[in-house]
Amino acid sequence: MSLTNEELLEMQRRMVRIRRFDERASKMVKRGQIPGTVHTSIGQEAQVVGACMALGDDDYMSGNHRSHGHPIGKGSPLGPLMAELVGKSGGVCGGKGGSLHLADFAVGSLGESGIVGSSIPIATGAALSSKVLGNGKVSLAFFGDGAANQGCLYEAMNLAGVWQLPVVFLCENNQYALSTPAHTVTSGVIADRAAGFGMPGVRVEDGQDAMAVYDAVSTAVERARAGDGPTLVEVVTYRYNEHSEGLRLGTDYRNADERTQWLERDPIVLFRRHLVETGVATDEEMDALEAEVLDEVEQAFQFSQDSPFPDPEVAFRDLYTEPIGVTS
Amino acid sequence: MTVMSYLGAIGAAQREAMEADERVVIIGEDVEANVYGTTGGSGKSRADKGDFLQMFGSNRIRNTPISEEVIVGAAIGAAMTGLRPIVDLSYSSFLYMAMDQFVNQAAKNRYMFGGQASLPVVFRSAMFYGLNTGAHHSDRPYPMFMNVPGLKIVVPSSPYDAKGLLRTAVDTDDPVLTFEACTLWGSKGEVPEEEYSIPFGQARTVREGTDVTVVAISSAVPEAVAAAEQLAEEGISVEVIDPRTLVPLDTAAIVESVSRTGRLVVADPAHRTCSAAAEISAIVAEEAFGSLLAPIVRVTTPDTQIPFSPALEKQLYPNRSYIGDAVRRVTGERVSVPPTPEGVDDALSTQAPR
Ligand SMILES: Cc1ncc(C[n+]2csc(CCOP(=O)(O)OP(=O)(O)O)c2C)c(N)n1
Ligand SMILES: [Mg+2]
Repeated sequence: MSLTNEELLEMQRRMVRIRRFDERASKMVKRGQIPGTVHTSIGQEAQVVGACMALGDDDYMSGNHRSHGHPIGKGSPLGPLMAELVGKSGGVCGGKGGSLHLADFAVGSLGESGIVGSSIPIATGAALSSKVLGNGKVSLAFFGDGAANQGCLYEAMNLAGVWQLPVVFLCENNQYALSTPAHTVTSGVIADRAAGFGMPGVRVEDGQDAMAVYDAVSTAVERARAGDGPTLVEVVTYRYNEHSEGLRLGTDYRNADERTQWLERDPIVLFRRHLVETGVATDEEMDALEAEVLDEVEQAFQFSQDSPFPDPEVAFRDLYTEPIGVTS
Repeated sequence: MTVMSYLGAIGAAQREAMEADERVVIIGEDVEANVYGTTGGSGKSRADKGDFLQMFGSNRIRNTPISEEVIVGAAIGAAMTGLRPIVDLSYSSFLYMAMDQFVNQAAKNRYMFGGQASLPVVFRSAMFYGLNTGAHHSDRPYPMFMNVPGLKIVVPSSPYDAKGLLRTAVDTDDPVLTFEACTLWGSKGEVPEEEYSIPFGQARTVREGTDVTVVAISSAVPEAVAAAEQLAEEGISVEVIDPRTLVPLDTAAIVESVSRTGRLVVADPAHRTCSAAAEISAIVAEEAFGSLLAPIVRVTTPDTQIPFSPALEKQLYPNRSYIGDAVRRVTGERVSVPPTPEGVDDALSTQAPR
């Protein structure tokens, strides 16, 4: 489970990619360059990338409305993702998905879902196909603490348990569902719920530590790949931005001290320090990496601007594998 | 050709599809024990023909917990990643438990993801109406799903169609919902012993005629044929068309027929409002208005819930008598049977089948 230096650097690179991509997306929303809104993963990069790095390239993943980090973490190129946020033809979904519905099947990303909890059964089904076909692929479902109170999670955990499916249920507990503190709507501890289904339930208390997340998810992935069935991993983390960009809630549902404390545990700063202290990279190398990522994001932005909008006729495509004719 | 029941034909299609492609799996409640008779030989033949579980093994025949949301969702996820699942949901009324997965995932994933996903998955369910099962088991919900672009909707009315359409459903790379009519399960018909498939979007002219077109759906098809036989004796020539699939719908065949007959009756066991009959009527009004010699008449189930008592339930669905009356109405004949069935109160009588 130990990572090579190259992989450790890749881990940091992907975290920085998510941060800079989402910062750019946030700016674009403010400037009116993105129609609608976006949900950023800023602050949760370790939780996202630690989990993704524990998966192989061919493994599957499904996600939710906090949607950009997952495909970026799985290795999806930034240009088509950015173009998708803008609704361009060069978007990863050709402009038909948008921020909420990113998917990049080339990296095993089976789609983000705008319906809270709804993609959990999809990842479970991907694990079913792996099991039936015997192809050794593992599937991971990302979902929030809010989604942890959807019934479909428990239907999925039961089915995965009884069929021993190679799936990891990964709860991103950022402690709030929109304005609602998790503890006010969640009975007991999420990870403890695994016991009721006879599967391991793991709580990563410091979800800002990429290695802690990576280790916990790697154990779950190995277990799944060995045919020993599912695991529920709950990762405690924090989102730095508002629930969605541009959202202004009248209430102060998160206190300032709490936010400050979590800002001090910025996952990217922590991991950079770790890499430098353990001699994996120098500060200069880290600066260079960050500059490269900034450049990547700038190019992705350019790509999104240069790509044309789709033809209106595209709205009628891809409903079915063979068009059946739609009357307008 | 051999004579098969509707249910037997479904079983045969499933078996052939499983034999033809290893990626085809069947998942659902009680499928291992062949409780509903489509995952093994039925009746006496069960012992010698064996059940699917023996034939295909427990990797491909999977009993599920009673968890419709994850059954449907997992089948979608599996279809997106290489399997071709057939999901047996038993009763059509249970589809509502998985509404989110049908509407937000099955129907939208290919579209939202710009064509990256294909979803070769079949959702089978049976409509147990007309069998005194009460309000929770008698639904005919196909029109609700016609309102969801991205799904294909199949409503077979004969053993021949049941087998051929199901095979097409399995071989199609899009999500298909088949609604089987329980009252037709025992009906027998000629079915080829070899494999065959029936393309979607091709209506079947069940009976040719010149005076009135009756488009009939599911169990209303044999009722329409019975009505047509009676009407022939009265000198009225009825053409009966079975669309067989509601999405895609063979609009051309319906419009062509109405352009010859000038009259349309649609017989549909679904509730009246936003029924398949409503949609078909609207299409004909838009595309064949100039041919119409009389107003279109719908024969549907009135907008009331389904009562348990046999004394109450039977009157509600389209039957040969209501269809016959509707045809007489559009041909200008006097209606021989009072149009308001007994027991339907005044508020409903305006919507009663007639
Ligand atoms: C079924 C459903 N209910 C409600 C919403 C509205 N909604 C969108 S995100 C959200 C909060 C989700 O919280 P959580 O699952 O913890 O994810 P987080 O936003 O914290 O990452 C809500 C209520 C929705 N999109 N889908
Ligand atoms: Mg949350």
